[in-house]
Formats: sequence, structure tokens, C-alpha cells
Amino acid sequence: MRKAFLPLVVVLMALYVSALLLIARAPFESTMGLVQKIFYFHFPPAVLMLLSAIFCGLMSAAFLIRKRQAFDRIALAAAELTVLYGSIALVTGPLWARKAWGVWWVWDPRLTMSFLMWMIFVSYLILRKYGGPGSETLSAGLAVFGMANAPFVYLSVNMWRTMHPKTSVVPTLPVDFATPLWVSFAGFLLLYIVLLTARVRIAEQQALLDQLYVDSDL
Amino acid sequence: MSVDFNELSIRELSRNYGRRRALSRVSMECRAGEVVGLLGPNGAGKSTLLSIVSTLSTASSGEVRYEGRTAAELGPHLRARIGVLSHELHLYPELTARENLMFFARLYGVTDAAAKASAALERASLGDRANDVVHGFSRGMRQRLALERALLHSPKLLLFDEPFTGLDDASTVALIARFKELRLSGRIVLVATHDLETAEEVLDRAAVLRDGRLVAVETDVRGLRRRYQAHLHSAVAAS
Amino acid sequence: MTSFWRAVWLVVRKDLAVEARSRELLFTTLFFALSCVLIFAVAFVREGKPLGEAGDAAAGILWIAIAFSGTLALGRTFERERYNDTLRALMLAPVVRPAIYVGKLLGILALLAATEIVTVPLVALLFQARLFERVSLMAALLVAGTVGFACVGTLFAAMLARARSRDVLLPILLYPVTIPVMIAGVRGTGALLDPEPNIAMAQFWIVLLLFFDVVFVTLALWTFEPLMTD
Repeated sequence: MRKAFLPLVVVLMALYVSALLLIARAPFESTMGLVQKIFYFHFPPAVLMLLSAIFCGLMSAAFLIRKRQAFDRIALAAAELTVLYGSIALVTGPLWARKAWGVWWVWDPRLTMSFLMWMIFVSYLILRKYGGPGSETLSAGLAVFGMANAPFVYLSVNMWRTMHPKTSVVPTLPVDFATPLWVSFAGFLLLYIVLLTARVRIAEQQALLDQLYVDSDL
Repeated sequence: MSVDFNELSIRELSRNYGRRRALSRVSMECRAGEVVGLLGPNGAGKSTLLSIVSTLSTASSGEVRYEGRTAAELGPHLRARIGVLSHELHLYPELTARENLMFFARLYGVTDAAAKASAALERASLGDRANDVVHGFSRGMRQRLALERALLHSPKLLLFDEPFTGLDDASTVALIARFKELRLSGRIVLVATHDLETAEEVLDRAAVLRDGRLVAVETDVRGLRRRYQAHLHSAVAAS
Repeated sequence: MTSFWRAVWLVVRKDLAVEARSRELLFTTLFFALSCVLIFAVAFVREGKPLGEAGDAAAGILWIAIAFSGTLALGRTFERERYNDTLRALMLAPVVRPAIYVGKLLGILALLAATEIVTVPLVALLFQARLFERVSLMAALLVAGTVGFACVGTLFAAMLARARSRDVLLPILLYPVTIPVMIAGVRGTGALLDPEPNIAMAQFWIVLLLFFDVVFVTLALWTFEPLMTD
């Protein structure tokens, strides 16, 4: 992974340029107009955030079983990225909603679910920051519970909201819209991998530094 | 299943909290019938070491073996053979002295719990206060009760954290006698303390810790005070 | 297996004995639940009538009172076990450690049940909510919901016992994870309180809660030991 880092960054930049071009050239959607283009920046991070939450939960479970720091470092990086991607989704979502439904927030099921999962992983980071020594084990427990919670959040939020008239969220996509969307998705995925690798690397260096510090006679 | 072991070996034991070194490559052996002291100022790693040996904490590296086997291999049965007297005493203040003893006796699966609890109350000289809640006890009374609580299930390995704190002179003499009994009955006893005066009377050997490292192992405990009083004091002053 | 339940019973009985002597948890939790009901009544009652559709306000107030007072009870229970470090004493006992978790969970459930016995009729009375129309369904919702909230809460409160700033961390960790329980409890109760009760809807929420209970009790039993040893 370490050797592939630079080439990955190059590919990522290429992807971004092409995504921007594709998005700029994509046709204007009839009702949403220019605002529809927010969708290219909303859908990929929203999906990746959920996958990242599950990834973090799995790595945390591995850490609890094996007690190997490597799993914990990946879990921490995934949790931070879950919050980052969640934040992107939670900013772009209401921008879309304002144009589509006239209000910033309507407790749309998917956005609500993103919001709740985002909350869980923000609390993960809070626990790590303020929990004191040993909080990496505790936050691993939280991440496992957060992951297991995803289906329940999905079910309950959907049932709760179907009590009210349903609003269509994702427009059916013709090919002209789909190609830039998938290029954009690939871009966000690659960005995720690059950031995750970099973050894990930082954590490894940090641990190495701590070890040197501990071994020294200071 | 009953677990028995006659030696405790601690090998290259380390525990870090980030950059803080609580314990660094400590190795030592203890055999049955020995009272081994852990000496050092606050923050030297005594409590961390006891905590790992008692199975409550895990080491960052290194291992503890109970006559060749690890805690993971032995499981919950190992804990039935360990008695811990912690600084926090492990007593419920809302319960009476007898209720505290009975609860832990049953939890440890002690047979004949009621008789053992009564005997323990007598040993702690708390026979007449048996049905009073612990809340109203003095530190010394609690300390005596906590000691009996830790010994209730006749553990093989005893881990004492500052057992002399808060004891009056008579209780200290009684505790010193108790240590001699434990030695004769073939227990392994680890005592963390900074009370060098009393330590000289009860210890067979002493391991001196400082900043998580094993500084020295003293096989002759007489004169400990003379040699280490300054050491402990300077370390306290430095921290 | 028998030794497992014996240890569970010992821990429960010990907790009840301690509580019977001080009654601190029962009285504080109960009074806190009443305070919650009062505060939300101020917010959600206008002209003597609860706001919104029939029963919506009552359902919300009831479950908020349970969640808030439950958090208080969880924090205090483990603060008590921290006082003389008795939680570590329990972990040192030669019993399988999940038995300690189950014992503490049952103690919390007993406490919350006692609170609900007072809170539920009170909410019914104050907000003219027909909470006793469908007793069995309502009881199923309360039991399944309380177990769901308490099984996550007991694990989190136990593991936070050795963390810094545990008082604020408990609600911060607990509420996001137990949101499905709150939604199910409030919506299920709301469905029962409708002028035309929606039985199928209430049953859906009960089933969801039961699944939640099974999944999270299992997870808690599995993670308790690694989370409690550091």
C-alpha cells in the first residue's frame, strides 16, 4: 500500500479533473437545474460513509478479539473518515433539499439515517479524545455497537417516516447523469483509500515515536 | 477444576499508556512460601504490576506465568486462587461486615461460607461489630475487614497493595504475624509498600521499582530503610 | 450453567440489599422521572390539552422520562461500584465475567420497572392518555424497550467506569445508539394511543424491539470481558 501511495494520488487527481469535466458537461436536469449537480457530491460520500461505518465496526471487532494495535489504527482512521464523509453528506443534503422541497431539513429517512450514524461516530471521536487512557478499547466497543445498530436505524427511521407522505429522493437516472455519477463515486472511493492509508501511516509513526520515547531513558 | 501453582514468574513485563511508561521490562520470580516486597515511590509501577498479575490488566508485552501456564490458559479458575487486597478495599459501605464477607464467600464458591465468615470476623476483631454497616467503620477497621475478605477463599497467591495503611500499632503487629502464617502455609505473597520500617520485618526479598523499571532485587532486607529511604524520598520529591 | 446463574443471582441480591438499605437510587430516579414529565408538560401542554394528535405528546414524554431517568440510574449504579472499587472486586471473582454483566443488568431493570410502575399511570392520568386500553401490547412495548435501553446502557456505564469524564460520556454514547429504541417506543405507544389504535403498527415495533434486544444482549455478553479488562 505504501508504494502505491503516490501513483494513487496521481490517479486520484486525474479522476477528479475528469469528474469535474463530466459533471460540467452533463445535461441540466429539467426541474432542479444547476442545483442537481450537488447530487454528484452528495450521493458518493453518503454511501461511502455507511460503508466506512461498517468497516470501522469490523476492524474494531477484530481489535477486541486479537488485541492488535494495527486493527485499532485502521478503525480510528475509518471513524474519522466516517465523520468527514458524513459531514459532506449532511451539508450537501440540505442544499439539495432546499431546492427540491423548499425547506432545509424534512427528516427524510436517508438523511436522518446518515445523521444518526454520523452522531454515533462523532461520539466515538469524543470518547477517544476525552475518555483518558484505555479509551481505544472502549471506543472499539462503541464502534461494534454502532455497526450493529445500522439495520435498526434504517428500519426504524423508514417506518417512522412512512407515517407521512413519501417524497421521492433519488431521481431515476438516465445515462447522461449516471456516467459522471460513477466517475465521481470512484473519485470519492479512491480519496477514501488514500486518506485512510495516510491516516494509518500517521498513527503508525506516532506509535513508533511513542515506543522510542518509552524505550529511551527520558 | 482446581488450579494449583507453586511459582509465579514475571517475564519482561511492560505496560505503556501512550508515552507514559507504567512498567518496563520487569522480570522476577516468586516461589511458594515467600513474601516478596515491591518497593518504590508512587507511580513506580507497583499497582500496575499487581493489576496485571491479578488478571485485571493486560501487558503491552511480556507475560506472567503461573507455574508455566498463562492466565488465558487457566481461565476463571485461576482467579479462585488469587486474593487481592487493594488500596480501595473492595467493600460495600451499605452492607454490614458479615454481609460483605458472605457475599464474596459465595461469589468465590467457598464451602461453609457462614462459619468461615464468622471466623474471619473474629480474626479481624470485629466480632461485636459484625452486624453494623461498614459505612461507620474507621479506616483501620475497614482495612482489617478487607484483609480477611481477601483471604476468605484461602488463595494461593496474595497481592497486597499498601496493607499497612491506616492500621494502629496492635493491628500492624497482628498483620505481621499473619504474614508469617501465610509464609509457613506455602503461599506466594506480593506486597507493594513504601513503609520500609514494617517491610524489614515481613519481607524475604524486595524488588525496588522506579519509573516502571526494576532497579534492584534485595535478598537481604535488613537495612532496607538505611539504603532506600533517601531513594524513595528523592523520587517523591522529583515527582 | 448453574454456576453462571448462581453468580447472577448473588449480584442481583447484593444490589437489592444495598438499595433496600439506602433507597437512594429508587427515590432519585423516580423523582427525576417526575421532573422530566413536569418539564415536558410545560412544553407540550397548551390550554390544558397535550399538543399534536391524540397521544403523541404523552408517548414522547413517557419515553423521554424513561430514557433520562434510566441514564441517571445507570450512572449512579456504577458510581456506587466505583466508590470502593468494588467493580474490580467483582471482576476478580472466579465466575465467568458476563455473569456480572447480567446481574447488573437485572438490577437496573428492577429499578426501571419500579420507576415505570409510577411513571406510566401518572402520564396516563396527567395527559388523558389511554395507556391501559391495550395492556398486554403496552406492557410488551415497555418491557422490550426498557430491556433494549438497559442492555446497551449497562455495558456502556460499566465500561465507562474507568474512563475520564464518564458522567458526560454516558449520555453522549448511549442516546445515539439507542435511538431505534426511542423511535420504536414512542411510535409504538403512539400507535396504541390513536383514536383508532393501529395494532399491526404496534406489533411491528414490538418485534423490532425484540430483535434489537436479542442482538444487543448477545453483543454485550460477547464484548463485556474484553471491554472490562484493560
